[in-house]
Amino acid sequence: MSRLILLTMFALLFVRPGDAGAEETLMARVGLDFDSSLEQLQRVIAEHGYTVSHVQRCDVGLQRSGYQTDKYRVVFFGKLDEVRAISSSHPELVPFIPLNFAVFAENGDTILSVFNPAVYEDLFPDSGLSVQFRRWESDVRSILDKMRAAVGSRS
Amino acid sequence: MKQWNVVKTRLRGWVAILSLTVIYAPVNAAPDGEQLYARHCAACHGNLGEGGIGLPLALSKLIRSLPDSYLEATIRHGRPGRVMPAFADLGDAQVQAIVAHMRGWTGGPTPVLPDAPVTGVAARGEALYGEHCAACHGADLQGATGTGRTFSRKRDHQVMPPALANRGFLAAASDQFIKGVILDGRDGTAMLPFRESGMSESDVDDVVAFIRSFETEQRDVAPPPPQPASLVADSPRGFEETVEALRAATRGLNFRSFAPRYLEQGLINELDVNERQVTIRFCNFERLYEGLKTDRRLGMILPCRITVLEQADGSVLVVAMNLDRVLGLFNNDDLRVLFQEMHDAQQDILDEVTM
Repeated sequence: MSRLILLTMFALLFVRPGDAGAEETLMARVGLDFDSSLEQLQRVIAEHGYTVSHVQRCDVGLQRSGYQTDKYRVVFFGKLDEVRAISSSHPELVPFIPLNFAVFAENGDTILSVFNPAVYEDLFPDSGLSVQFRRWESDVRSILDKMRAAVGSRS
Repeated sequence: MKQWNVVKTRLRGWVAILSLTVIYAPVNAAPDGEQLYARHCAACHGNLGEGGIGLPLALSKLIRSLPDSYLEATIRHGRPGRVMPAFADLGDAQVQAIVAHMRGWTGGPTPVLPDAPVTGVAARGEALYGEHCAACHGADLQGATGTGRTFSRKRDHQVMPPALANRGFLAAASDQFIKGVILDGRDGTAMLPFRESGMSESDVDDVVAFIRSFETEQRDVAPPPPQPASLVADSPRGFEETVEALRAATRGLNFRSFAPRYLEQGLINELDVNERQVTIRFCNFERLYEGLKTDRRLGMILPCRITVLEQADGSVLVVAMNLDRVLGLFNNDDLRVLFQEMHDAQQDILDEVTM
């Protein structure tokens, strides 16, 4: 009986109406300047157990090619064991890992944008990785929530 | 011993019930409109509704002209192809809480419109639409470039003429709402009151019927079958040869190449990284610049990349994102041409390397 209750609770964790969301991209407006947001984002990603593998400096490339642009970076992050396991068992998923945030300045704020990992269930319906995708979604939403809360600490 | 087992079972039951209470407490509490708005809306509409890519919702003349039913249906259905997503999974109470939060910015009365459908002659309405409306809303009813189409639009263009044929708009806007806007215009926008320029109610009914006719047309179009999310091809070459051929192919199409990166690079120390999984990264900065002017979220697929993977059996796979499929995740039809070009280029590269 108690096992049944525990199993039900576990299942309910994934169907809480308050957490449900089918947006294809998740976004956050961060009330910090770009550099502070970028720094904070990397810290929050690490707090969630991920490693930032790379920061792509799109703005630098554009400027070197003669185009004017505001600050724009892409932050890649992941977990080694997950990247290893998925690249081995599901190579078709490799273009989508490590996960990444597009980070760009908008006036005094910074906008973060990321594919909602939950949509990978639609993109790869036969992968059997629903639990993994939902975990990523939960982590990404939590990272975005933490970043939104950073509004009070504008430098 | 038996008694202890009974106590243990009861304790487990209480712990389970308490846990469920904790899990569901926030759901049963009244939704926090401010928090929901910050989570789902502020990135585009601004923290205080000042606007950005999305409409300046705090513009009092604007929001006071929009009935709750219109705002709620807009949140639910979004604007397909025009960035605004459909928040189909938000509950009624959550959507209402967001709308109530938005109303709090300006206060004032909430418009309530009758539900009665408008009856008119669509064919006559088409001619009137061409005469009075097409200049701003487009001959194809696709609206102006700006809000909801160009992510990086200038912020001084506050409210752009909407896409009247958009099925999200048609789902949100009642006949009476459209009729009212045509007759009385919209304060604070370029939409004039056509009542004052000689259009009769009967004329307006015909225009409404013409606009509404697009709803039926779209309902009859079946969506295309979904494509795979990735392009995956076997390489007939060895690993090193495939990587080299890939780099040459990207250069051949005049892409700027970046240093290749191992898939695991940055996640583990350099000595232990798997060097048989390498990503070739490339970019056309001119296209990128144009793309970012349309939609700044483009970084989620940047830089262009194709990965070469050596499998356990020694075979070599070449894998890339299928941009035709990924385009749908942006919900922005203005990216279609760019994505098609990039998709074709990727396909050319894959063909050259793997055929």
